[in-house]
Order: sequence, then structure tokens, then C-alpha cells
Amino acid sequence: MFVRLVYESFRRQRRRKLLAGIAITLGVSVATAMIAVATDIGDKINRELRSYGANLVVTPEEDTLDVEIGGVNLKPASDGAFLSESDLPKIKGTFWRNNIVGFTPVLPVGVEVSDSSRASRKVELVGTWFQKQITYGKDNFTEGVHLTHPWWKVNGAWPKDDSGEVLVGERLAERLDVRAGSNLSINGTPRTVSGILSAGGEEDNQLVAPLAVAQQLIGRPGAVRRIYVSALTKPEDALARRDPKSMSPELYDRWYCSPYVQSIAYQLQETIPHSRAEQIRQVAQNEGTVLSRIKGLMLLVTLAALFASALAVSAAMATAILERRTEVGLMKALGAGNVSVASLFFAEAALLALFGGLVGFVFGSLLARQIGQSIFNSQITIQPVLFPIILSIAVIVTFAGSALSVRKAMRFDPVYVLRGDA
Amino acid sequence: MRGQRTGRGPSMFLRMLMRAALVRRGRAASALLAVVIAAAVATAMMTLYVDVQVKLRKEFRRYGANIVVVAPESKTLAPGTMEKVEAGLNGRGLAVPFAYAVARTSDGSPVVVAGTDLERAQRLNTWWSVSQWPTAKEDALVGLKALPVVSPKSQPFDLTFDGRTIHLNPAGTLHTGATEDSRVYLSLADFTNWTGLQPSAIEIAATGSSEDISAMVTRLGQELAGVEVRPVRQIMEAEGRVLGKTRAALLASAILIILTAALCVLATLTGWVLDRRRDFAIMKALGASERLVSGFFAAEAAVIGAVGALLGFGIGIGVAAWIGEANFNSAVTPRFSVMPIVLVGSVAVALISSVLPIALLRRVQPATILRGE
Repeated sequence: MFVRLVYESFRRQRRRKLLAGIAITLGVSVATAMIAVATDIGDKINRELRSYGANLVVTPEEDTLDVEIGGVNLKPASDGAFLSESDLPKIKGTFWRNNIVGFTPVLPVGVEVSDSSRASRKVELVGTWFQKQITYGKDNFTEGVHLTHPWWKVNGAWPKDDSGEVLVGERLAERLDVRAGSNLSINGTPRTVSGILSAGGEEDNQLVAPLAVAQQLIGRPGAVRRIYVSALTKPEDALARRDPKSMSPELYDRWYCSPYVQSIAYQLQETIPHSRAEQIRQVAQNEGTVLSRIKGLMLLVTLAALFASALAVSAAMATAILERRTEVGLMKALGAGNVSVASLFFAEAALLALFGGLVGFVFGSLLARQIGQSIFNSQITIQPVLFPIILSIAVIVTFAGSALSVRKAMRFDPVYVLRGDA
Repeated sequence: MRGQRTGRGPSMFLRMLMRAALVRRGRAASALLAVVIAAAVATAMMTLYVDVQVKLRKEFRRYGANIVVVAPESKTLAPGTMEKVEAGLNGRGLAVPFAYAVARTSDGSPVVVAGTDLERAQRLNTWWSVSQWPTAKEDALVGLKALPVVSPKSQPFDLTFDGRTIHLNPAGTLHTGATEDSRVYLSLADFTNWTGLQPSAIEIAATGSSEDISAMVTRLGQELAGVEVRPVRQIMEAEGRVLGKTRAALLASAILIILTAALCVLATLTGWVLDRRRDFAIMKALGASERLVSGFFAAEAAVIGAVGALLGFGIGIGVAAWIGEANFNSAVTPRFSVMPIVLVGSVAVALISSVLPIALLRRVQPATILRGE
């Protein structure tokens, strides 16, 4: 009998059920989309923050003091210790390899350039990787400045990593009066300028060349002065700042297995022999703050969205039930108790919530995907855990929204209701 | 009643509106509540969307300078440059001068010494990890890598530049993970007294949109002839990107939330009007014209929409201020430009949600409704 009542109620009042169902579906869609966006936004913004470039730098352990002003090194480039280029692919074998967005070795050397007018001047040439193919194990990777210095722009062409071509910083190019395609004599060797580099920093006064060119200039094949690493990190907390040496083994494991900038630095140091890795505080320290602000903002906005959709669902349910006062009156006049009336309404609400929740979840996931695709150009992953959570929230909200109206509907005297006076 | 003589229509109309609200207080209140909440949510979201740019820009200024003024190769800036920059900034940013020299330690190794306004540098470069900022004269801030070279036991040390020696006291250490670690920082006064050199660079953290900053770069470039004024592309581009994405995400959420809130109003008001179909039928049965009845319900809805919008606006401003306080530690300024949008939107949604059910009811005979079918 009960099942039949529920079934008939759905069959005969299709319009009303549809309205309530649509309200639940919309509410759940918005809630799903917002929760999905909010849980994923940290990751997405973290990736966008990587456009600030490297947040870690690896230097030789026995690093000598830089004597450098405005991008010009005043010390002979062959001084001091170096890292080995052949160790670089190992970075892709560390525990946090998937968090490492990119890395770039640099080798600055001082050179004499002379242009066609034969005036020679001392400038800094930086050897680096542009889009270098490297292999670690069975996997191939492309690393270089396009990942760690995304704001660099080249007027002309980027040099090939195995070529002898160079980029000239835009300020230097103005002074040397060279453009893409010109020839330049570097330490007596003629080189082709493949493009003019606009970096908005010290590199605008420098030459940038493939790493091998710089190594050849100082006669040290395989040498690297610094490695810039751009990694996705977790905002720093109290644990992150502790010294790993003073930790208990369990704490150490937790520290080691969290992508703090400190623990990634520690692992880079372990991976690359005779090296010291540390965070570039300008980039690393600030991204945590910016990230937590944006995450906090989206969390509060998501709460607002959940609140609004809960309200919309309750309002729709309340309206749907109050419209059926006469039905309640009739059932009560025929001898139905409060419990059986309430359970009928709640069974209907549960069915609506489950169905609306299911459809809403699907719509919401599509919506979240759309938002991810159009704003971040990447997929927003919907955690499968979200499904039961969303469904239970839908049921709870629908019940809560119905409860008040059901109580109200039951309190009316059937006589008045049936006469149409209530 | 006084109004009896002059015109019964309007006063009767107003009385009906008033009574309808007073007699069925509960139902009217729940309809009003829905509008208030929706208007509050919409106000809060719109205010936040407008304000978040300003708030986030402030956060992004922690990344430090976005404009640099640099003297031509191995020269220093002309005296008065700093004043010109300050005047050009007009309080909308922080300018910090930097002077550089290569000095020798007592055992002859070279080290870069920088002179700057330490108090401003502290505000500009929030990421500098400093054990103790120098306060006294001839106190130095020594980079972590420079420390073993100049003062391995943290004892006072001598530096020589161009034959002149200065005796410095290492007040604190500096750690940044970049070139600053290899330098010794002094106050600009100590530095110029000792070396006689003027600043060669000014780092500026200017506030404003990217257009404002480009305009400032152009203006400073025109005012300061012979020096290089350039935006720091690394900072500017990344900031623009992150800000743009965040605003887009916020906009998408705001649209979703406002739509949901409008839906909530629609559902509640429609229910409210449908619930009163007997009033409607009685009015019609007593001879009210269809226009009058529709007008009555529409006026009622418009009043609820307007009152709800005003109340909701106030609450929404409060919610936005709270979010600003909780997340950014600074209050969100109320945006009164949002008010007309909220008002018009609320009234429009309220009208739609009353007109729809009226259109449905119009087709039904009053007698059918009054019979309770």
C-alpha cells in the first residue's frame, strides 16, 4: 500500500515532482561544481604560481662568494666548484619528481663580444638549456628555460640546444646594434644571433647561449654553476621549518613525504652529489601566502554556494509540500496517523533527493569540467569520494527542507483543510 | 477614512497591500526572508568580485618590486632621482634606493657591499629572512654566504674601498636564497660617507593595475632621462596570470551562486502566490478586474523584492566585510554601485515569480478555486 501511494503520487503529480526535482538537481549541480572547483583550485593556482619561475636553486656545496652586481660577474668564471651536467636527469628520479615542474642548469661566463664596428666589450654569457630532451630510465623529458622562466620572450628564434647560436638581451642588442640573424664575435669566434631576448630582468644585458657553448668557452665540459628548479610545493607550516636532523623517525617520514619546499630541497641535495639546495625565498615564501588567501576565498565562496543551494532546495520542498495540504487532510480524515503521513512525505523526498542528487552530480561534474577547461585549460578532477558525500548532503538538505513543512501540514485540522479554510 | 472623498482606489489598494502583509505575517515573512538572503548573497558575491582584485594585488606586492630604475652601465643615478621617483609615485608605492660597490676584506677577497634604506628594504622585501635588522650607525646586515668571508666568528670587521676603510659591526644575517646572500648591506648614509657613491638602482613596488604600472613606467622613463626604467616582467606577468584566473573562477562561482539564490526566491514566491489563490478568486468573484488583481500581486511582489533587496544589501555588505576580515585581514569597502543591480535584480525576480503563477491562475474559474479543487 505504502509503495503504491508513493508510486501513484509520482505518477499523478508529475509537474510538481518535476519542479521539486529540478530544484534539487540544480542545487546539487551548483554544490558539486563548487566543491570540485574549491578542492582543486589550490592545485590549479599552485600551477599558475609556477609562472613566477624557479623556487629552488641548487649550487655546489663548496660554492664561492658571488661577486656580482646587476648581472655582471666580477670574478673569473672558472673559479670555484661546479655541478656535473650528467647528474641532472637524476632529478627526475627523486621521490617528488611529479611535483617538479621543470629545471634548468645555468653556467654564467664572462666573455668579450665585438660587433661589426670591432668595438669589444665585456659581457656576461649565460649557458643554459632551452628545450633540452633528457632521458631518465625509460622516460623522456623536455627541460629548460621554457619551464622555469616562462616570462622570457624571444624576438626571432630560440637557439637549438645543440647549436652554437646565441640570444642577445634586448638592452645589450640595442647597444651592440644587432638583431636576429646578425653575426657576433664572442671571444673571437663568430656566432649567429638567433633572436633578441626580452626578459625584463638582468638577462636583458646578457647573452644567453646553449649550455655546451658556455662550457666550451671556459673549457670545462659538463660543468654547471647552478640549477634552477621549479616545483609544486605545499605552503610552509611549523613542521616544514624544523631541522630534519632533530626529528623522530616518524616525524622525519612525515616531513620527507610532504612536498614542502624544504623537503624537496633536501631530496635534491641527496640526489645531486656535492650540492646544496635551497629555496629562493622571494618566490617560495610568498606563494604560500597567496595560495592560502585564494584557497580561503574559494572556501568561503563555496560555503556561500552550499548555503544558497541548500536554501533553494528547502524552499522548493516547502512549497511542494504545503501545496498538498488537502491530501494530508484527506489521509488524516481516512484515519492515517502522523507517522504514516510523515513517512510518505519523507519517502518521496528521499526518492527525489536520490534522483536529483544523481542527475545533479553528473551535471555538476560537467559544469566543473567546463569551468576548469575554460579558466585553467586543464581538467578539474572529481574525486569519486565526492559522490556519496554529495548524495547524503542532498538527502539531508531535502529532509531538513521538508521537515518543517511536513510538521506544519500535519498540524492543520483535517476538517478545515478539506473545507479549504487553512 | 479621509481618503474616501478624494480617491478610494489607491488608498484601498494600499490598505490591501498592508493587510495582506500583516494578516499572513508568517507567509509574507518567509517570502521576504528568501529575498533578503538571496540579495545578501548576491551583494556579498558582487562586492567580493569587485574588491578581490585590490585585496589580492596587495598580497602580490609581497613579491617585491615590480619596477626598477637602473643607471646606465657602471654609472650612478644623478642626485635628485630618488625625489623625482617619489614625486612620480605620489604615494602609490614604495621606492627603495640601492647603491653597490665591490669592497675588499682585510685578507683581500672581494665582496659586494650594498647601501640601502634598510627600513624601506624591510618593507619592500618581506621574504628576506633577517636575524636582526641593524639600527645603529656602522651596523651591517651580512648575507649568509658572505658571513664566512667577512666575519667568520661574527666579530666586527673592516672593509676597504678605493683606499678608504670602514669598520663594521655585523648586527644580523640575511638569507634569501639568491644573490643577496653574497652581499653585505649597510645603511645608505654609512655607505655614501664611506664610498662617496650614489645609488645606482631604485626598486619600486608600485600599487595598481597593470595598466597603471605601465603608465607609471612610461611616465618615469620620460621624467628621468638617461636612465633605464623597466617593469619586472617576472613579477608582472605571473601576477596578471594568477589574478586573472582567480577572478575568472570567482566570477563563475558568483554567477552560479546568484542563479541559485534567484531560484530560491522564485520557488518561495511562486509558492506564496499559489498559496493565495483563494484571495485571488475572491477578489475576482467580487468583481475586481484582471488588471487590478495582477497589479495587486505584482505590487506586492515588487514591495517584497525592494524591501528584501535593501535589507539584503546591508547584510551582504556585512558578509563581504567579514570574508575580507577573515581571509585578507582587511575590511572590504562597501560598494554602493552594486546596490542598483541588486535592487533591480530582486524586483525583477520577484515580479517574474508572481506573474508566472498569476498567468496560470487566470485561466481557472474563481468558482473552481473557491470550491477547493
